[in-house]
Amino acid sequence: MSPPSPRQPRRAAAVVLAATTLAACASQAPRDEPPAAAPAAPFASAYVPSPAAPFVLEGATVLTGDGGRLENASVYVADGVVQAVGADFEVPAGVQRIDARGRWITPGIIDVHSHLGNYPVPSAKAHQDGNEMTSPNTAGVWAEHSVWPQDPGFNTARAAGVTSLQVLPGSANLFGGRTVTLKNVPARTVQEMKFPGAPHGLKMACGENPKRVYGERQATPMTRMGNVAGYRTAWIEAREYLEQQEQAAAGEGEPPTRDLALETLAGVLKGEILIHNHCYRADEMALMIDLGREFGYHPGTFHHATEAYKIADLLKESGSCAAMWADWWGFKLEAWDAIRENIAIVDAVGACAIVHSDSEVEIQRLNQEAAKVMAAARRAGMEISPEHAIRWLTLNAAHSLGIADQAGTLAPGKMADLVVWNDNPFSVYARAERVYVDGALVHEHGNPAFPSQSDFELGMIETGAGQ
Amino acid sequence: MNHRHLFGGAALLLAAAAAQAQVIAITGGRVETAAAAGSIPEATVLIRDGRIVAVGATVAIPADAQRVDARGKVVTPGLFDPHSSIGLAEVSLEPDSVDTTVDNDRFSAALDAADAFNPRSVLVPVNRVEGITRAVVFPARVSGSVISGRAAAVNLGDASQPVDRRHVAVYALFGEAGASQAGGARTAALAQLREALDEARDYGRNKAAWERAGRRDYRLNHYDLEALQPVLRGEAPLAVLAHQASDIAALLDLAAAYEVRLVIVGGAEAWLVADRLAAAGVPVVLDPLANLPDRFEMRGARIDNAVQLAAAGVEIAFASLSGESHNARNLSQAAGVAVAHGLPWPAGLAALTAAPARIFGLEGVGQLQPGFEADVVIWDGDPLDVTSYPDAVFIKGRAIPMESRQSLLRDRYLEFHGLQQVD
Repeated sequence: MSPPSPRQPRRAAAVVLAATTLAACASQAPRDEPPAAAPAAPFASAYVPSPAAPFVLEGATVLTGDGGRLENASVYVADGVVQAVGADFEVPAGVQRIDARGRWITPGIIDVHSHLGNYPVPSAKAHQDGNEMTSPNTAGVWAEHSVWPQDPGFNTARAAGVTSLQVLPGSANLFGGRTVTLKNVPARTVQEMKFPGAPHGLKMACGENPKRVYGERQATPMTRMGNVAGYRTAWIEAREYLEQQEQAAAGEGEPPTRDLALETLAGVLKGEILIHNHCYRADEMALMIDLGREFGYHPGTFHHATEAYKIADLLKESGSCAAMWADWWGFKLEAWDAIRENIAIVDAVGACAIVHSDSEVEIQRLNQEAAKVMAAARRAGMEISPEHAIRWLTLNAAHSLGIADQAGTLAPGKMADLVVWNDNPFSVYARAERVYVDGALVHEHGNPAFPSQSDFELGMIETGAGQ
Repeated sequence: MNHRHLFGGAALLLAAAAAQAQVIAITGGRVETAAAAGSIPEATVLIRDGRIVAVGATVAIPADAQRVDARGKVVTPGLFDPHSSIGLAEVSLEPDSVDTTVDNDRFSAALDAADAFNPRSVLVPVNRVEGITRAVVFPARVSGSVISGRAAAVNLGDASQPVDRRHVAVYALFGEAGASQAGGARTAALAQLREALDEARDYGRNKAAWERAGRRDYRLNHYDLEALQPVLRGEAPLAVLAHQASDIAALLDLAAAYEVRLVIVGGAEAWLVADRLAAAGVPVVLDPLANLPDRFEMRGARIDNAVQLAAAGVEIAFASLSGESHNARNLSQAAGVAVAHGLPWPAGLAALTAAPARIFGLEGVGQLQPGFEADVVIWDGDPLDVTSYPDAVFIKGRAIPMESRQSLLRDRYLEFHGLQQVD
């Protein structure tokens, strides 16, 4: 794995852009030419890291994200990349040295479940862009086409140490559409936020939501068995679509007519798109794991997964992550059996456990959510160290999103997305003092330049009468 | 039949008396009184007959007292959820299990949350094992009405007598929610509220005439008019949901005009009118986590709202305003967040204990001092930090079982997976 340099994303974007142009030309070419199945990466990332001088944070407690804990350690960042972590390395002369004694440093927090941008605040009618509730299969829609970069929630999340996040379509549909992974930087366009090289995800949903939304319209699915029939019907079609594409590429027959939904599903079958499955109940997650076996794809990450603790062994066996809240429960019947130790039990059994938010409020304190789980686990006889728990919001999240080669740990070569906390982050009193994305300072507590204000926030209150 | 019934009743009374006669001494903990005494290190809380009889570092402990060692622990009053649907709403998306919303406007102010409160709700143990001992439960919404009904004060410890007091407030909606109820505009919401108060006042002053049918017809029925009398007499506050500063200002004017006690619920922009609230002595029940403009009326939301209100001298209590109370247990976290952003720690604790009791007129609740009801929580650490849990919870002097449906599920699956079992 070669570490990305700050300049790489721009080059990558340019290459992708060229490929897109070629593909567009190809689509106008005579039909007898073997056409590209789909243009490579439209709406490509235009993310460019902010230029930043090298620096070294010295004397901190460092949680590396993969289980390591280093005391009195330093983190050296240059070219937007972590260069060295530890105590035994030389830093070139002239590099800014920052006293971080008494501070804790962690990788930037990654939230695998957010609706920032597609369900932004204010929750006005005009802002309801998360759920294309028009058909149980809307695999052809892309969350990134709904993301409003001016959502003030990006800024409050950044001030809380969230450096990357996945924005998903909602859960009304069996197939909700493609997800997008973003770097949490102020931007004008979603392309300027897209995490370079991150794969797309496909949002799927189990249980109550799809069957309620369509059942109430006297349409399918109306039941959980209707849900599963809906998935299977779509995967059969996607398998045929992919086979037709592959045969055409091998010179046999016509390629299928382009279909956005089937392109997404075929991307899953090819292993290029990762499943992110809204699913609460243990029995339904087990069915979804079997569904993946039937059609030859990985079941991916289960989101919300309030009953993951019941089937942690099955999750481990299938290599699935569960992305969970610390304690949400009872708002619907499929969330009735949630317990505070859910994340801890999934983790203890050896499956991939993630703490997620699904909320513009919770995303501001994922460290506290993890701390609540640690405390509950301690009462149940499970000691969980800070260096272990940090995985739930860094490395495991990066693994779920397919970006663990670039983010999620503090290791040489990784993107310098990191948080300097004033104290042990697993406390209600901990504060993100400094937040860096690709080595650039994007938040600093007490610095009037931060938190950044989105265009929407400008002049809302300060310029009102009678302040 | 009658004899058996009487005998059974007497036996129950005796059993209750025996339980209450128990003397409990909680010793050695750091006692956070939420009262004038503040924090007392290595202190004793002495409980008799369900009430606190002594608090201090030099309390004489009777020989018959049951001693509870709290050395190294933090002892606080029980926590109070001042805007709750515990016992009224079980599964939010299952309407049959929810008694907070009404889809006709036959009654409004008369609707009494106490009538629906179920002390055996699954939410009760889940929240009380984490320190919530009292709540004010609210009816949420009546379609077409800005007035939602009457709130009740409940305890989470005594299923035989769960309602401490009915009619502790009449609840109404203003701002975007009130406007929506009244047909779309704030003008209609405030007109509806004024009409209700005017009619109730007229009814109250001329009840004899009304009973002779000699009074003009009212738009409100007499159940609703009766329900508003305690508000007009100043015995119960009018608690109104409002976020926008201009809405709060309008309500302050209305409260002054009708000489009613006002409680602001929500108050995302209350910091903008903090001085007016303080001068009028109007408290605010707020969510300290509300720092985003979730609605247009919350554009001024900021994380230090509670800090600014407290500094201005406004009484504050903390609540979740999501409409769900499954996680009322997280109010301590919300208070911790407020403290992390500058609220003095004692003010953070008071906003969970003494303040809500005062706001809803519940005397003898919410503080650790002699004469107060013995709602006491022993914490294994800082009660406002997410790292802490209660070791023991007493409600009216009785230790509640530290068990909930969630702890039973946990233990079942810890055992299933062969993980370490809690003892």
